[in-house]
Amino acid sequence: MISVRNISKKFGKLDVLKEFNLEFEAGKSYALMGPNGSGKTTLIKIILGMVIPNKGDVIVQGESIKNNFKYRSNIGYMPQIGRYPDNMKIGQLFRMMQDMRPEIKEYDVELMESFGLNQMMDKPMHTLSGGTRQKVSAALAFMFNADILILDEPTAGLDPMAVETLKNKIKKERDSGKLILITSHILSELDELTDQAIYIFEGDIFFNDSVAMLKETTGEERFTTAIARLMEWSLKKKQTKTELSHV
Amino acid sequence: MKALIILFFLLNTTAWAETIRLKPGDSIKDAVERAAIGDIITLSAGEYLEHDIIIRKPLTLIGEGMPVINGRDQGDVFIVAGENIHFNGLRIINTGRSNIDDSAAIKFYDSKNCSVENIELENTFFGLHFSNSSNLTIKNNKLFSEAEREYQTGNGIHLWKCKDSLIEGNDVKGHRDGIYLEFVTNTISQNNIIHENKRYGLHFMFSHNNSYIKNTFRKNGAGVAVMYTRNVIMKDNIFEENEGASSYGILLKDISDSEVTGNIFRKNTIGIYMEGSSRTIFKNNSFTNNGWALKLMASCDNNTFEANNFSANTFDISTNGSVVLNTLKDNYWDKYEGYDLNKDKVGDIPYRPISLFSVIVEKIPSAVILWRSFLVTLLDRMEKIIPAITPENMIDNSPKMKPYDLS
Amino acid sequence: MFKLLKYSLYDILKSRFAILYTIFMVLVAVSIYQVSEDLSKVSLSLLNIMLMIVPLIAAVFATTHFFNNLEFTELMLAQPVKRRNVFLSQILAVIIMLSAAIVIGFGIPMLIWGADESILILLAIGIALSIVFAGLAFLASVMTRDKAKAIGISLSFWIYFSLIYDGFVLYLIYSLSDFPLEKTTLGLVFLNPVDLGRIIMLMKLDISTLMGYTGAFFQNFFGSAQGILLSSFILLIWMSWPVATAMRIFKRKDF
Repeated sequence: MISVRNISKKFGKLDVLKEFNLEFEAGKSYALMGPNGSGKTTLIKIILGMVIPNKGDVIVQGESIKNNFKYRSNIGYMPQIGRYPDNMKIGQLFRMMQDMRPEIKEYDVELMESFGLNQMMDKPMHTLSGGTRQKVSAALAFMFNADILILDEPTAGLDPMAVETLKNKIKKERDSGKLILITSHILSELDELTDQAIYIFEGDIFFNDSVAMLKETTGEERFTTAIARLMEWSLKKKQTKTELSHV
Repeated sequence: MKALIILFFLLNTTAWAETIRLKPGDSIKDAVERAAIGDIITLSAGEYLEHDIIIRKPLTLIGEGMPVINGRDQGDVFIVAGENIHFNGLRIINTGRSNIDDSAAIKFYDSKNCSVENIELENTFFGLHFSNSSNLTIKNNKLFSEAEREYQTGNGIHLWKCKDSLIEGNDVKGHRDGIYLEFVTNTISQNNIIHENKRYGLHFMFSHNNSYIKNTFRKNGAGVAVMYTRNVIMKDNIFEENEGASSYGILLKDISDSEVTGNIFRKNTIGIYMEGSSRTIFKNNSFTNNGWALKLMASCDNNTFEANNFSANTFDISTNGSVVLNTLKDNYWDKYEGYDLNKDKVGDIPYRPISLFSVIVEKIPSAVILWRSFLVTLLDRMEKIIPAITPENMIDNSPKMKPYDLS
Repeated sequence: MFKLLKYSLYDILKSRFAILYTIFMVLVAVSIYQVSEDLSKVSLSLLNIMLMIVPLIAAVFATTHFFNNLEFTELMLAQPVKRRNVFLSQILAVIIMLSAAIVIGFGIPMLIWGADESILILLAIGIALSIVFAGLAFLASVMTRDKAKAIGISLSFWIYFSLIYDGFVLYLIYSLSDFPLEKTTLGLVFLNPVDLGRIIMLMKLDISTLMGYTGAFFQNFFGSAQGILLSSFILLIWMSWPVATAMRIFKRKDF
């Protein structure tokens, strides 16, 4: 469904991604992990067209994303921090996003309703708390029945009840055959929501397989510890690399 | 005894004056030939095609219903040399256009006690041309010329070596100089409207002891230029809309012991431009909307500028030197930003009418394009606080807080 | 595009800044009308505002707005819309807001106390300069990631065009004062939108002929159909190139 081909991206002199290849398939849900600065946000932004790669291409549902914007109507994106026009009201924001996808007529308002956003449509965005904004972002990401959902730290800042609601929604969408891509610092959450684990380290894929396989490879039962092990390995590998380069 | 004879002669002529009536088709020349001394020739309405009509004896020509005398572009129309010759109510058109013999509608030589009144001139080269004459009355005439260029036309009212005359209520338009006076003395010009002439509205040289009162000089090519003269009185005139690269309300060159009072200078490139002039008083004049109200060259001395209004001028005064030998006092300057704590209607701090920018523009004229830019505003402000370049003693120590009522 | 613009515009017009700026313009216009006795004096006083304050506010506001709206821009970029349209809607919203403040701010006093052609042209110049400096501000904004730096660059543009450039012109005229410089200065004027606006305005104010030979030369030029055409064309270039360049960079920029 999404195929990342030979992507290279430099920021100044820093190689963030180098000859990067990755496939995401429909019906699977992916946990995108890696230490800070490993390139996972860059990867998401490249897929969304917010960052333009120096080399390579991304194919989304058979279409190249180069000079293309239409493919994004099939992606529901929930940013880490949703900032919206201050003077806009929630209702207007929803209408605006709907306006941008004129071809979509039916909206999934489940999250909107369960978060109670439909009762505060007249509230301007700048009066909202961080948590409510996050609810707005989530509601927007799911509103258009997109085939692909990219969720960047989806539960950060949400109250426990809302987290549950969101998780259930994610599971429901996953089970209905959508591609789901999540980054999160809360590993237990990923364990619950995803079946594939991708670990990126210094612009390279360090691990990419099913969660079951991850547990098997690391010999750990619990997802969190398995990831911790993965991180240890990646750091060791780095050391060996540096040693090698000295030789 | 001689005087008695003249007196008798005069009485005689008026007493026995006969009237000769002409209608279109009749010859004016013949009539003049035929007429006895002091006769009146009346011309009834219509067109007379004649030129070079010579008059050497006292005669009066009167038009009834504005007869037209058409010179058909040849020579002068009337040539006059005599005394007591009067013209009234004629319309004279189409003189020759010769620069060599200065073709004119009416040309006077060595004449005395003559008058030209209610005459309309159109398409004449010179209008009324007087040489070596005296006691002339030139009144309520209209002189219109429609030349496109300066060399295609002569002066409207042209006096050379004349004296004791009156030029009043004339309307002169489209000539080279509206009124031109050279070696003319004791003459009064008043209530004339002189406009849209190609060169100067009023132009005089070596013409002492004359007065110019309540005239309007408007939109003349280079305004008014007066030179090499002393004892001039200019009072209650209006100098306006003389705009152009070198156009002046008045250009004063070597003028001395004169008075310029109660005049209005409005919308001129330069209100007054002065060089080599001295001992002249400028009082109660109003300078508004001029590019430069005053350009006072360093060659001027002992002039006094007193109780004038300066408002909405781009520059109030500029000068080319640092020596200032003239006096400024009690003027109103709209750019004055001082205060009056003791409420005596005189500003407590002196006013320096020369801005730094005007000094710069005086040296580099092209710099004028920076006018009203932030840079210039800033420079002028700085100079006001710490004067460095502008002349030290070009200063009005008693600037008025409110304008004078000079209308 | 129009949808995007509609929403950006809605947001910007409801901002506190838009209201304050408009009120400021109204106050300035009212006080100038109150103090000056005739319309040509009104235009002259307004000229200073248009040449100094308007570009400054346009530059600072456009830069601030770009950065304050960065997250929204990012949100838009993740939507199925063209990058070009995201950019254009942002800058057009800024331009429309700045222009509206000028038109409303000066329009109300003008409706009450009257206006003449020169004041209308003055408004047009104010709007043109707003566009030029909003464009330069967006250019500064897309060239850097840092808000403070971008404001610095925008302010430098402003100082350069309002002050430094004229200093340079003055110096040049001074050092070459032996040569006829009219054509050169005319060329130099074209290279600075603030100067160009100022001179077009001065020519309209009918005082140009009072400025001696140079004034007459400029009057001749700007009074002719050819001159009007050329100067409007140059002003148009000034309005478009910063926007166009900023857009090109924006289209390739990473967020």
